[in-house]
Amino acid sequence: MKMADQLTAWGFITPGVAVILLFGVAPIVWSAVMSLQRNNLFSPNTPFVGLANYRQMVHDPIVAQAIEHTVVYTALFVPGTMLVGLFLAVAMNRKIRFINVYRTAAYATMAISTISEALVFIWLFDPSYGIVNYLFSKVGIAQQPFLNSPSQALYVIVIMTIWGWTGFAVVIYLAALQGIPKTLTEAAAIDGAGRWATFRRITLPLLSPASLFLVVWLTINALQLFDEVYLSTQGGPLNSTTVLVYYLYQQAFGGANFNFGYASAIAYFLFLVIIVVTALQFRVGRRLVHYRS
Amino acid sequence: MAASTIPLERTRRLRLPFNPWHLVLIPATIVLIFPFAWLLITSVETSSEALRFPPILLPHHLDFGNYPAALDAAPFTRFFINSTVVAVSTVVCNLVLCSAAGYAFARFRFLGGGLMFALIMATLMVPFQVTMIPQYIITKWIGVNVLAGAGINHIGSLILPNAATAFGVFFLRQFFRTLPIEYEEAARVDGASRLTVLWRVVLPLSGPALSTLAALTFLDSWNNFLWPLIAINQTNQMTVPLGLATFQGAHSTEWTLLMAGNVMSLIPMMVIFFAAQRYFIRSVAATGLAGT
Repeated sequence: MKMADQLTAWGFITPGVAVILLFGVAPIVWSAVMSLQRNNLFSPNTPFVGLANYRQMVHDPIVAQAIEHTVVYTALFVPGTMLVGLFLAVAMNRKIRFINVYRTAAYATMAISTISEALVFIWLFDPSYGIVNYLFSKVGIAQQPFLNSPSQALYVIVIMTIWGWTGFAVVIYLAALQGIPKTLTEAAAIDGAGRWATFRRITLPLLSPASLFLVVWLTINALQLFDEVYLSTQGGPLNSTTVLVYYLYQQAFGGANFNFGYASAIAYFLFLVIIVVTALQFRVGRRLVHYRS
Repeated sequence: MAASTIPLERTRRLRLPFNPWHLVLIPATIVLIFPFAWLLITSVETSSEALRFPPILLPHHLDFGNYPAALDAAPFTRFFINSTVVAVSTVVCNLVLCSAAGYAFARFRFLGGGLMFALIMATLMVPFQVTMIPQYIITKWIGVNVLAGAGINHIGSLILPNAATAFGVFFLRQFFRTLPIEYEEAARVDGASRLTVLWRVVLPLSGPALSTLAALTFLDSWNNFLWPLIAINQTNQMTVPLGLATFQGAHSTEWTLLMAGNVMSLIPMMVIFFAAQRYFIRSVAATGLAGT
């Protein structure tokens, strides 16, 4: 290839690639290095300490709690969002009156930021004046402390985030449902399959690529939960909503520590978890997912 | 669900004057809409009405005083301008830089191209938490040594690190490769430069891909919270989510004020979203279909 063409090619890629190298590639290496250093505001230099930061994680009780909360949150949020999304998408996959109103109501949850969403929900779930406690009192349930309770706060966060992701899940499932040819479900009906059997044996398998995508995508996002925790509970009460990313943020920027070494180690641990979980999901998914040829 | 398992003959006899799915969809819609409705209602109540139990479901008269009060307490107009500047600049930068790079990776064979592309792809899976601390240090350094406007505590720091993304480069490269190459070759034979071919031939054919990337980038930028939280702590440089969170921190029990602020911060995005609903929905659906 001619020299001029080489230069043209590099001219095309340089601006974009420079940004990605500087803010995407270099930081990956840099934070790996930092995770092996003692690096905080109080140490004048940054000596290498081997795997000390990772060892510290093993002995840090808050890390153990944060992992537990992250796992519990993910295990509830991912299936919850998928079930709500699937149910609504199936209900909305028909041409009936007002269908655009129904769909728009679901889509609207996509336009609201995590911060706005969390702010509305802490008001809905306010222990003293919240409407949810009022509705509870109507049906004879005692008033609940919700976000003020170490045993309930995480579940309130699960509910608010499922609401916030409903629109996304509906869009994905609705698009997949609309890609299923009517001839397939009609053929099943002619063969005498009931509606439930058709759904179980035809629709659900044909939706499995969309389901796999949602499992992977929602899990990656769930493992990185931060915004709602920051706004509603700040990890409390009694660390009951401290998830990995919130703890990492606290270590790096929350107090006055600027504990960059330790925070980088936690970040790398999270990265490893995401890679392993995603790989496992794809591996299991490959056996369960039906791709139409 | 139960209704669908009833045998065919019985459904005929039980025929409702409307589609039974409305019985599912109306309650579902109420649950989905309720947080928005409650937000609006609280924002036009007086604080004594809001702090009453049992709550007042419909206020007796509308009190819009919370809105000017919220505007006095925090510069929401400023937040809105900042968010708009950041989101629009990020979208424009991404469209320009990612289409140039994506086109080169799609069509040119050049020394180091494979390596560069592999490096970019390697960042796709990496969560932001891994890169955020070095990004903070680099941004701080740039602000002190290169360009104050792109440093910590300036909205430029929210644009520059996201000016080009690995996703954007990859997404456009994949799209450009699906275009028939004959048009480009014909233009080359006619003496058009590479840049002219990209600008006059390729980009006009790429409307759907460019609008998808624009919509997704816009949503991401507008809703971003963690990075602005780290990079900005000066009120007049804050974006809408960060400004709202700070406002909440300062007025945590003044619910009517908070909800008025919240309404003001989500209305602009709602308007944009519904005005371009088709684009946003198609773009989100496209990420799902691309992933499957």
